[in-house]
Amino acid sequence: MSEPLFSKKNLKLLSDPLNDSNPITVQVLGICSALAVTAQLKPAIVMTISVMAVLALANVIVSMLRNTIPNRIRIIVQLVVIAALVILVDQVLRAYVYDVSKQLSVFVGLIITNCILMGRLEAFALGNRPWQSFLDGIGNAAGYGFILIVVGFFREILGSGSLLGYKIIPDSWYIVNGGFYENNGLMVLSPMALIVVGVIIWVQRSRNTKLIED
Amino acid sequence: MDRNSNTYTFLYAAIMVIVVAAVLASVSLALKPAQKKNVEIEKKQNILASVNIESTAETAEAIYADKVVDEYLVNTKGEKVDGNAFTTDLKKERAKSFEEMVLPVFVCKTDEGTKYVLPVYGAGLWGPIWGYVSVSDDMNTIFGANFDHEGETPGLGAEISTTGFEVQFKGKQIFDEAGKMVSVTVAKAGQVAPEAHKVDAISGGTITSKGLEKMLLDDFAGYEAFLNKNKN
Repeated sequence: MSEPLFSKKNLKLLSDPLNDSNPITVQVLGICSALAVTAQLKPAIVMTISVMAVLALANVIVSMLRNTIPNRIRIIVQLVVIAALVILVDQVLRAYVYDVSKQLSVFVGLIITNCILMGRLEAFALGNRPWQSFLDGIGNAAGYGFILIVVGFFREILGSGSLLGYKIIPDSWYIVNGGFYENNGLMVLSPMALIVVGVIIWVQRSRNTKLIED
Repeated sequence: MDRNSNTYTFLYAAIMVIVVAAVLASVSLALKPAQKKNVEIEKKQNILASVNIESTAETAEAIYADKVVDEYLVNTKGEKVDGNAFTTDLKKERAKSFEEMVLPVFVCKTDEGTKYVLPVYGAGLWGPIWGYVSVSDDMNTIFGANFDHEGETPGLGAEISTTGFEVQFKGKQIFDEAGKMVSVTVAKAGQVAPEAHKVDAISGGTITSKGLEKMLLDDFAGYEAFLNKNKN
């Protein structure tokens, strides 16, 4: 490989998904899991880490196999790679961090259905070298996770008055205790995740005029 | 070889499936002991929690070895039978007829005397619920309880596994004054039941609460002969 590992072009693979081609706000992929795991911050963070591990590895594996995969069954091959990796992650969590795995087993399984994974394998890894695919996987998972964490942050603090389970809003502020404040119950329901994502898209497009279509 | 030929596609799929299956199977085998250990430790923690002893995943084994002095199986006539109490699968036992069932008992020495831990297993709203109930040596007064579930609704039915719900069981009685088995009623607001046999149900978790009540009634019935026999 004559190109340096962190050439400008390669770094763009990492940074682009954070803004210009963000999987959630621009490509509108992976919305389903963005609704499901963002009622609180902690599952959002663990989901981010798990997706990052699975997506980067799957991208590398598919990229290494890209010249051997029969065209007609390429989607099946991609799915098998993803599913096998997700099962591995689940098994490892169960053996070494049992309490975390008990809280997350459903979410870990959900990674298989995350459209970003198939999207990146099909759109990028099938046509690029392993190292570039690895960076693309990390970048896209980071872009996805960034939105997840922002949404989780607002939903947990406004919906439950806490962050990562720790109380942020003092009990004495609540109306039931004679205060003036009440948690927004809508925040913990899934529709609010869509609204928060909508607001993020709005803010992003007003700052990044490239994204505005005529 | 032509990548679009049928032979290549079939061969590729076959090899891929074999490789993936082999990898997953070997990882599963390699990690099984660690996973089994985790489940065992969790069970020990739950048994200890039912006699109100706190433990962590690291300390559970040592405390368990120290506090749990005996474990044995009893049949529904209250007689001891042979077998390993710790590994007995309650789900399978529940499926047998009442006469054939054997049920595990764990005897714990605590600072407040000898306690008998009785595992229970039943159905909630979405899936199984289970737990451990400890009784004092009068074989009537509940000393503590610990419940868990597979998939009850978070915030509603899942509340059965919170301490706030579990502490209510302390001091409740299984038999009424006439010696009849009445178990513990999980009562909604306004429902009339004697104080000694009643805990508050979970708002919004009616089916889970009722499932828990039925689980206790059914499973205490299996232990009734054992409890009566050992009453002081």
